[in-house]
Amino acid sequence: MKKSVLFLSLAVFFLIALLSCRPQGPGVAATSDAASKVYVPPGEHDEFYNIVSGGFNGQISVVGLPSGRTLKILPVFSVDPESGYGFSEESKPMLNTTHGHIPWDDLHHIAISTTDAVHDARWAFANANNTPRVARIDLTTFQTAEILEIPNSAGNHSSPFITENTEYVVAGTRFSVPHGEDADRDVPISTYKENFRGAITFISVDENSGEMDIDFQIDAPPFAYDLARGGKRVSGDWFFFSTYNTEQAHTLLEVNASQQDKDFIMAINWRKAAEYAKQGRGERIKAKYAHNIRDKNSHIATSTIKEDILMLDPTELKDIMYFIPCPKSPHGCDVSPDGEYIVGSGKLAALIPVFSFSKMIEAIENEDFEGDVNGMPILNYESVLHGEVKRPGLGPLHTEFDGKGNAFTTMFVSSEIVMWDIETLEVIDRAPTYYSVGHLMVPGGCTAEPHGKYLVAYNKITKDRYLPTGPELCHSAQLFDISNGKLELLLDFPTIGEPHYAEAFPASLIKDKQVRFYRIEDNSHPHMTSGPGEARVEREGNVVRVYMTSIRSHFRPDNIEGIFVGDTVYFHVTNMEQEWDIPHGFAIKGANTAEILVMPGETATFKWMPDKVGIVPFYCTDFCSALHQEMQGYVRVSPAGSGVPLLFSTGE
Amino acid sequence: MTKISTTGRIVTILSALALLSAYFYPIWQIKLWAPQYPEGLSMQIWIDHLTGDLASINKMNFYIGMSAIDEDMFPEFDYLKYIVGFIIMVGLAAGIWGRKIGLYVFFGLLVLLGIGALADMHLWGYQYGHNLDPKAVIKVPDMTYQPPLIGYKQLLNFLAYSGPHTAGWIIGGASFLVFLVVLFESKILNRWRRIKNQ
Repeated sequence: MKKSVLFLSLAVFFLIALLSCRPQGPGVAATSDAASKVYVPPGEHDEFYNIVSGGFNGQISVVGLPSGRTLKILPVFSVDPESGYGFSEESKPMLNTTHGHIPWDDLHHIAISTTDAVHDARWAFANANNTPRVARIDLTTFQTAEILEIPNSAGNHSSPFITENTEYVVAGTRFSVPHGEDADRDVPISTYKENFRGAITFISVDENSGEMDIDFQIDAPPFAYDLARGGKRVSGDWFFFSTYNTEQAHTLLEVNASQQDKDFIMAINWRKAAEYAKQGRGERIKAKYAHNIRDKNSHIATSTIKEDILMLDPTELKDIMYFIPCPKSPHGCDVSPDGEYIVGSGKLAALIPVFSFSKMIEAIENEDFEGDVNGMPILNYESVLHGEVKRPGLGPLHTEFDGKGNAFTTMFVSSEIVMWDIETLEVIDRAPTYYSVGHLMVPGGCTAEPHGKYLVAYNKITKDRYLPTGPELCHSAQLFDISNGKLELLLDFPTIGEPHYAEAFPASLIKDKQVRFYRIEDNSHPHMTSGPGEARVEREGNVVRVYMTSIRSHFRPDNIEGIFVGDTVYFHVTNMEQEWDIPHGFAIKGANTAEILVMPGETATFKWMPDKVGIVPFYCTDFCSALHQEMQGYVRVSPAGSGVPLLFSTGE
Repeated sequence: MTKISTTGRIVTILSALALLSAYFYPIWQIKLWAPQYPEGLSMQIWIDHLTGDLASINKMNFYIGMSAIDEDMFPEFDYLKYIVGFIIMVGLAAGIWGRKIGLYVFFGLLVLLGIGALADMHLWGYQYGHNLDPKAVIKVPDMTYQPPLIGYKQLLNFLAYSGPHTAGWIIGGASFLVFLVVLFESKILNRWRRIKNQ
């Protein structure tokens, strides 16, 4: 009896101990030769440029892959006190909007220009999510060249995705809002269903200059437009947008926008829409927006406010808009390299539906519809479906491709990347991410010809991955090797801002096209100084213009007198250098703006309003030469009306 | 035998014509590398002008008090084109005329041109590298900066190279051909062989 009690209690004890053992998760370590795969020896270059959105920092990071080294932070929608972007007189107009100067935005997505659905990497496009705008970055100078405001949009999330030859950049609104005159827009929020509209903007891109313009907008139903992709090759004439809140809720969307079993992927025949726009089959409606562009030779940005846009009504133009039912608030909406498959990622769904473009066309031809949205056809789910990836994981968000028949989908909730076969829809491999991955990126992974070598996961939660830095942590990214038909973790690296989408392309595409300096002969700035002999100071009323040159290692002039409190002083600094990597900076004590960095051959203008009497120093902020510390000067500020004569000199 | 063989005449004429390259390509080049100039700075010397990173080179030289290189410093640029033109005419004349004496004159002029150019460059380089501004911001005791005549030389943080450019190589090659013609036509080789056999 005693023996059996002892035996029983031992058995119970072991059972409890066994159940208390935490099951081991999937492997966390990188493969053993990972270090050599990401090691770029000193002096050698990375294989890929990775253009990464900065999210809430409003900027773009340029990263080298596979090393994960950050090469540059490129200001787009946020001011940059370091370079003077948004502070210099030349760059200020870039951030102008119909709301005035906006020093910040939230930059989510990147689109690298393509020709025939393959990266040509002439330009990068980026979206401002908060105050709707689209920017174009010149990839020979890595500078923001143009910013276009998007009217009738509120939350430019479904942007900036492009057509296969970069004919158009799209901007779909996340928030539907009322359009039109003030009286039309001042309505009770509870009249959402009657008064609110979605707007899908098609921005044309000049094939030579890249210059953008709003060609037309489509008056879409008041849904939330989340993400989009242009079709390619077979589906090249189409554009696909994921939608949520097709319930058309206007409060507590967390619950109210998740009621319907299915939302939609909206398919737009952009080729037809563009033809209708060309024929003028729409209405010109009042809509103000700013168009800001930077001149290549003067480096001066100008901002123009435009007044109206062409709005197309898809309920009248019957054959441009169709709806594909897609489970549970789809987020990502990604098109396979051949253009045949459209992957919808219902972020609350337990499966990934994959739609077939050819089946979609067939359903449209056969009028195989299961309903309509304001008279626009809803296609039959089963008829358009290629198949579903069963039990992929939890919270599918985004999908990229390797060009070898595989797709990779991020799972936010189960914090992993899932690799699956596009044809068979079988899951092939999965790898954990640290933690809660958002976007992912394969170099060329959204084009017709992906470079299926690496994959980068951009995570939303970091926690214990690096040395802790207080409550706010950097966002983490992981680099995987996908060249062997599975996911192998190579590298874990910190990022800048909050990366959302990113793209990467072979460095060889643009490496040798980089501008090293601006030719001084091409400088068309009206206030440039053509040589040290031309340096001077001019006064008109209380506006003083200093025509200044900087060259190793002095400013000319470097002593200025006869400046008064209350003056507005413009320092037009021309960097006379004609050599690679010799910028000069300019900063002046007490200026309530920032410094400016002037590139070789460029003229940049620093505006200064002296507010105190005294001697004020200025100096070069970029360690330019062995005599950099000597590159300085003085301004004498006298009381207004004191009659001190205007004097300027160098070397006397 | 005072006449040159047909082959010799053709080679002489072609060599004279090759000298025309001096008007289309740089003759000489100077290259400079430093830790912060991995891509290098270079200067090309043409028959009547200079090209290349002159501004950058002058900026560097400013620190050690060297005078700025400027085309006006070189009177050679005014007359060198006529000297080369004259030598080409002599070469063509020698080839057409076909007398050995013409060939020897042509060859002699080529040799004089080469020696003269190198001597001139050496003298200029000496003057340029030693005549330093006493107000120079960097003064290294006993350091002078005479550039190499031919080949490489380390000057503070810069590695300097001096050598022929395209036209320089062509002129050198043409001169060598003329030398071969002189060798064959003058029968020096035969005489030397005879002496050896005796």
